[in-house]
Amino acid sequence: MVLQSLKNCLWLSCVLRTPKACFWSTASGGLIIQSVSNDVYQNLAVEDWIHDHMDLEKQQILFLWRNSPAVVIGRHQNPWQECNLRLLRQKNIKLARRRSGGGTVYHDLGNINLTFFTTRKKYERMGNLKLIVKALKALRPQLDVHVTDRYDILLDRQYKISGTAAKLGRANAYHHCTLLCNADKFVLSSVLRSPYKGLKSNATPSVPASVKNLFEEDPSLTSEMLLDAIAKEYAVQHQIDHHVTLINPADETLLPGISNKTKELQTWEWVYGKTPKFSVSTCLKISYKDSVIDVKVNMDVKHGKIEVCNIDLPEQWLPPGLYNELVKNLTGSKFCPNETTTLVTTLLRVCPQDDELHSRWSLLCENMIRLM
Amino acid sequence: VCIHRVRSCSGIRFIKSKYVCVFDKSALKFSHQQRLFRTSPVSCGQIVQFKLSDIGEGITEVTVKEWYIKEGDSVSQFDSICEVQSDKASVTITSRYDGVIRKLHYSIDDIAFVGKPLVDIEIDASKGVAPEEDVVETPPMSHEEHTHQEIKGHKTLATPAVRRLAMENNIKLSEVVGTGKDNRILKEDILNYLAKQTGAILPPSPKAEIVPPLRKTEAVPAAPKDKAHRIPVPVSRPIAFSGKDKTEPVTGFQKAMVKTMSAALKIPHFGYSDEIDLTQLVQLREELKPLAEIRGVKLSFMPFFIKAASLGLLQYPILNASLDENCQNVTYKASHNIGVAMDTEQGLIVPNVKNVQVCSVFDIAVELNRLQSLGSAGQLGTSDLTGGTFTLSNIGTIGGTYAKPVILPPEVAIGALGKIQVLPRFNGKGEVFKAQIMNVSWSADHRIIDGATMARFSNLWKSYLENPALMLLDLK
Repeated sequence: MVLQSLKNCLWLSCVLRTPKACFWSTASGGLIIQSVSNDVYQNLAVEDWIHDHMDLEKQQILFLWRNSPAVVIGRHQNPWQECNLRLLRQKNIKLARRRSGGGTVYHDLGNINLTFFTTRKKYERMGNLKLIVKALKALRPQLDVHVTDRYDILLDRQYKISGTAAKLGRANAYHHCTLLCNADKFVLSSVLRSPYKGLKSNATPSVPASVKNLFEEDPSLTSEMLLDAIAKEYAVQHQIDHHVTLINPADETLLPGISNKTKELQTWEWVYGKTPKFSVSTCLKISYKDSVIDVKVNMDVKHGKIEVCNIDLPEQWLPPGLYNELVKNLTGSKFCPNETTTLVTTLLRVCPQDDELHSRWSLLCENMIRLM
Repeated sequence: VCIHRVRSCSGIRFIKSKYVCVFDKSALKFSHQQRLFRTSPVSCGQIVQFKLSDIGEGITEVTVKEWYIKEGDSVSQFDSICEVQSDKASVTITSRYDGVIRKLHYSIDDIAFVGKPLVDIEIDASKGVAPEEDVVETPPMSHEEHTHQEIKGHKTLATPAVRRLAMENNIKLSEVVGTGKDNRILKEDILNYLAKQTGAILPPSPKAEIVPPLRKTEAVPAAPKDKAHRIPVPVSRPIAFSGKDKTEPVTGFQKAMVKTMSAALKIPHFGYSDEIDLTQLVQLREELKPLAEIRGVKLSFMPFFIKAASLGLLQYPILNASLDENCQNVTYKASHNIGVAMDTEQGLIVPNVKNVQVCSVFDIAVELNRLQSLGSAGQLGTSDLTGGTFTLSNIGTIGGTYAKPVILPPEVAIGALGKIQVLPRFNGKGEVFKAQIMNVSWSADHRIIDGATMARFSNLWKSYLENPALMLLDLK
């Protein structure tokens, strides 16, 4: 496989004085590109950019990418429902919301991502998945892999090794999917298990599945080999040269406007704020001194912010003025542990200085924060 | 409405002769059209039912997930209308027409059917509408096509607002590079183009301000080929940016801060400032920094400032006290939980180091490292953020020398540390030497703390820092 580096292309483009044109337009009907970055936000931004800016009438694009540990939720999903946000924060695993639909996946360097860009008219997922299966079989004929009608790829008829999602726009469309080569299954199963109870929402739920790595089936397989095999098959099917061009998602001259796209994908408003309206209804069991008190909590969360907040406390457990202050401040605030922590600790400054009161307040608030 | 515009225009002509109100006929007519269908509540256009187009793969129904517009909103062709989902595919539906949304046929989470109406759009009567055609997507514009500026038709990829801005500034859309979807020309593209023409630095987001007339003699950095292009005439009209004020409710942490700061300002503050010569401390830290690094800890100046403050508080415990609501009782806090103001994305948060009175400088450094990494990750816990008794704010890391810090209730004192500057000072022999000078500004609650106490505390704190060996003598 010939990896044509970006440097060569740019040198050539300097000679021709049309950098963008040189890179993007090929004489052939297709282009295979691979990201040099492992940052999930940068790579998702590249997908956005190609979807928004490229004319795909004359050529289709295959984009290959891998990410350092991240959980990626679908466009219309609820991160609280889908994954263990506490664990993600602890382990410094990123959370991203992609623009395509579908369910939640865990990415790490042992997982490869493939995006097939076409015009909206030529959007066809089955064909793409069959291409992948063909490539895998060409590499290792003994592999038992096939495509289901849910657009999954199964290994040995039972283990999911690939999940699919798609995005359709006005003129363009893309279909992307994962492929498990050698991902950390232990981390995968622990982060994709949500500890949050009492959530009710119409967000798209994920369908859990047993997964397996291709590496487990055949330890001689590596991510690089798989990427190469798929690129080769794509090249054959699109009658183009089998070479992969490297692309740097931070290159603003090649991809004008990409840094804005990358930034937007990381904003709280996008990742959490785009969660469809949901409600939290649960009972906190707070052990205080020698007893356990039941505290019923009901909250409505819209755009990631607490729209309505009801906390059912035993009478006089907190002075009414203080209780009202808490509810008033939580309303309109982000359903976010950090925001809530800073909010309640700041409010504590203007509460009467009473140790008993402070410990009750802290206890209640800590339990509330655990819901987020 | 039209007439009003012309009147104000001539008004400008009289008052400011420098500015010429140039609204050529077509622009006036155009903006008239826009105003007409934006402000008029009475339907004067044709209502078209925009149907949900084919999604492909034989899909007949989708779920509506998000509306980007609501009834009454104006839309331009290619604006996003809604997001629908079908079997793992998320589809953005864009408008085929310019117009006003009159009806949404579905609510969120409803099932929508391909070929059935999605929204009703009222289109301006004069423009007319193509007969009902099921949407076969028009191919994206090739590069040649968008050089044609056609105001009446829909060929140029630019919204009416953008076209007007271009017209007001005598810019040909064909000369502007579009960076929006399908090479659409956005407002930012017009502004960038203008900036290049005149060398003026225009604000990144449009604001409602009048820019002084552009002069021909101003440096034009554009290449010689731009000579042929229009450069705004010397006596030109002001470029008005149609920016809007944005009002947001105060919520969450900000709201809590409002309450706290309002309470804080009820405390009668007095200030006391001084200058500290940190020359010896700087040297000491240079020696200790690598040793701390070997232990895996980043050593800044703060651990020294914090420890010195605690030693000072041992002598002046009233600064580590709290006054109750009715000002009836003063509580002398036993623990020195010294807060360190941290600037994060959210704003100012103040985690504190607990029990500094029993910590070594190294212990404090370790704890500070922990708080700082949690702070930047947005993961500080409630115990880290409560229980503070005294606060230091190192605003000098951002800049500044003197400050007037606000006491954080229920505390009674706070210190703001300016930046360390290298300044000339006189030594005992009358010689000038290079000194590392930092300013400190204290604020204290004048109800229970007097100036003398604050001054003495400050002097003691200063002596520990100017002569670190002294700290050794008083260490507990």
